[in-house]
Amino acid sequence: MMSTQSLQQTLDHWSRFTMRQRLMRYGGLTLTLLVVAWALSSIDVIWEWVWDAPVQMGDLFGRMMPPDPSNLPSILEAIWQTVNIATLATMFAVVVSLPVAYISAQNTTPNRVTLWIGRFILVSSRSVNTIIWALLFVAIFGPGIVAGIVAIMFRSIGFLGKLLGEAIEEIDQKPVEALEACGASRFKIVLYAIVPQIMPAFFAIAILRWDINLRESTVLGLVGAGGIGMILQGAIDTFNWPEVSMVLLTILALVVFGEVVSSYLRKKIL
Amino acid sequence: MLKISKLTKRYGSGDPVLKELDLTVEGDQLTSVIGSSGAGKSTLLRCINRLVEPTSGSVDLNGTEFTTLNRRELRTARRRIGMVFQSFNLIDRLTVMENVQSGRLGYISTWAALTRRYPREDIRHAYELMERVGIAHYADRRADELSGGERQRVGVVRALMQRPEILLADEPTASLDPKTSEQIMSLLRDLASELKLPVIINIHNVTEAKEYSDRIVGMRYGRIIFDDLPGKLEKAEMDEIYAGVPAMDRAEVGAVA
Repeated sequence: MMSTQSLQQTLDHWSRFTMRQRLMRYGGLTLTLLVVAWALSSIDVIWEWVWDAPVQMGDLFGRMMPPDPSNLPSILEAIWQTVNIATLATMFAVVVSLPVAYISAQNTTPNRVTLWIGRFILVSSRSVNTIIWALLFVAIFGPGIVAGIVAIMFRSIGFLGKLLGEAIEEIDQKPVEALEACGASRFKIVLYAIVPQIMPAFFAIAILRWDINLRESTVLGLVGAGGIGMILQGAIDTFNWPEVSMVLLTILALVVFGEVVSSYLRKKIL
Repeated sequence: MLKISKLTKRYGSGDPVLKELDLTVEGDQLTSVIGSSGAGKSTLLRCINRLVEPTSGSVDLNGTEFTTLNRRELRTARRRIGMVFQSFNLIDRLTVMENVQSGRLGYISTWAALTRRYPREDIRHAYELMERVGIAHYADRRADELSGGERQRVGVVRALMQRPEILLADEPTASLDPKTSEQIMSLLRDLASELKLPVIINIHNVTEAKEYSDRIVGMRYGRIIFDDLPGKLEKAEMDEIYAGVPAMDRAEVGAVA
């Protein structure tokens, strides 16, 4: 209870937090610092190597300079392969993710079981990293571009399916109601009332995923699944640092290229 | 002829929204259903084409009992009932022609729907109807480029494309300005007589209801408590229909009237 008198006494004093809240906040901060300290102490950091890092960096940089373009034709060929892996995988993944999105959206899924199946596909696709998918598929298809495409595709299905499913859940139900009242079949309702509504989201999501896939497919070669990563791995293994820097520059150019293309497409289509 | 008898709708375990309601509509008369919000007007309309599943009772349209149809039969039967909505319920990103043709989705093949190759007869019919309501020149425009009144005309044409045996309109003018609202009401009245089509309209605007309808049905808490010619709707009947609404609200309804 606050009497009039005490109210007047406190009128010239204001603080954002009560004493109790302030103690809680300091407590939280201390706890966070303790966790960080504990985490640092539990991993075996060899501090000499950490302090040595700037020198090593300078050294490596020196060895990388100047980039060696003598192998440029095969680097460019590999980067082209990388673009193709990303593009093909995105296209396949888009096609496969459509039915997955349909059954994992609350408002379109036929029943509980299909919803559960859809969600399971999404979660299993998303919880495995592209590199791990690639390791799996290299074991199945052998090293090369096919393993890369399938790996990227498997990782993309979850991403595309989840975002598309959410787009389906956010549609306006009113046109759906109108077409139901016309006596349209389920499939025609999807065609006329749902597809037009998710079109913009569909293109935005597909372009975004293509952009991500472009970058992901550059590392696929590290596990033998084709693309520019193969050359990078080879160059690192043979300490051919000038070529490594050439590959890195090419990857940088590729990423910039992907960014430019996807923002152009986004502007053009949306 | 639409014959509704002993229609009851109950959501969950609460009070029924419709209580053993009887209503018969025939000929080319335009029937307005009035009543305060929550009286069950919208539920009544949606129970007719089973967008809302009735709990019990019978809905008979020209000899077809709607309440016992299975899903497939219901889909075919729904083609015979046109419906117009308060917020038009158009597909914004499609053209006016595609929206209008979507009224025929129950008839055409999936392939025709997908490729937008509509039957010639349907296209001719669409142009006729669009010409009639004055939107033919918008055929290739996207639906969201049109004004409210024009959008509702698209909604009306879509419903008429079904060649329906009855037209249901759920507050078709509630999202429109007064002038446009009157245009849509007189359009519905004229279409009813031109096409020999019975029309049922849910409406909040009592003045418009009295001006444009052949018959007024007043609902209160799931029952019909008034059913007569518009001229018979006097202050006493109005008070009864809108009873339970605070006095201030009633004054506003009076002011509009």
